[in-house]
Amino acid sequence: MHELSICHSLIKQVEAIALEQSSKSVQLIQLQIGPLSGIDASLLKHSFPIASTGTIAEGAELLIEQLPVNIRCLNCGRESSVEINRLVCHHCQHTDTQLLSGDEMLLHSVKLET
Amino acid sequence: MCNTCGCNITPGNQHLIKPGGKLSRTDNGQQSITVLKSLLSENDHQAEHNREHFNKHQVLAINLMSSPGAGKTALLEATIDSLKEKFNIAVIEGDLETENDALRIRSKGVPAVQITTGSACHLDAHMVHDALHQLDLSTLDIIFIENVGNLVCPASFDLGQHHNVVLLSTTEGDDKPAKYPVMFRAADIMLLSKVDLLPVLDDFDTDKARQHLSNLANHSPVIEISAKNQTGMSDWFDWIENNYNRMSKPDLIKHHHV
Repeated sequence: MHELSICHSLIKQVEAIALEQSSKSVQLIQLQIGPLSGIDASLLKHSFPIASTGTIAEGAELLIEQLPVNIRCLNCGRESSVEINRLVCHHCQHTDTQLLSGDEMLLHSVKLET
Repeated sequence: MCNTCGCNITPGNQHLIKPGGKLSRTDNGQQSITVLKSLLSENDHQAEHNREHFNKHQVLAINLMSSPGAGKTALLEATIDSLKEKFNIAVIEGDLETENDALRIRSKGVPAVQITTGSACHLDAHMVHDALHQLDLSTLDIIFIENVGNLVCPASFDLGQHHNVVLLSTTEGDDKPAKYPVMFRAADIMLLSKVDLLPVLDDFDTDKARQHLSNLANHSPVIEISAKNQTGMSDWFDWIENNYNRMSKPDLIKHHHV
């Protein structure tokens, strides 16, 4: 369960942004998570209230957008939406594919009270 | 310039504070900021710093990951036995508790730094950086980082290594790559370990393990090894040596043991 340490790292980043903007409080934190990042979105969500207690992010809403796993085939050039453990082209069954999305772990945006 | 009177707004950044811009402010005193940074950017920054250290001293850094008990330490012992005359090796050991693995490595005559993570299930770049301060990189050729035995968490944390080695032992299921895709997708080489046990195991198919890895669009090399009876070990040593040579010239290998 590494989501708690990822949550601590998230809160550090949010604190730095809030400080830079001389903000009083954080209202909303938006993340984008792909399943191939290795982060479990629901565990992250559960860790957040614990990790944010006593920080400027306490009480903020955490919104997590979960992104799909999409690949482009290097053989036929077409795109497919796939399962996380089968990055195989739906069209020609080739396994030479390139990940287009699905491994993101991004702090997308924050909404601050100033 | 300040953030109160507007003197920090220039023609170059004006678009940011217009409605819809990434620093736009609504009437009710709320401000929306688009960040688009990795949640692990602090770790990634430290990892990059570690990598610079390794590169500066031409030290090949290899991160070993697997389940607990897949044979990482036994692999390292056998590797040290065979390569320590040729290369100056050090090991960073990650475990939740005990110095046992570091003691095993030190008894082979190479330096080992033990990191005990307490309850943390993975190593991160900061822990590795602290451990590096206990080693003299200028005298080393190869550092092995033995990560905490775990097929989930270590995969998300860059340590500054050059290569990820993932072990899958024959006493586990051959479908581990399908069950832990994040870890096996990160592998630069997969070692199928304890193949000396294959004759007594009827449920591990090495071809299936290879197929599951290939289904992750990972076409890294796969070597079947046994640290016990030396199967495949020379291929593994060749892989290490080739990667070492790729990052430095062979004639630059430091202070050969005599």
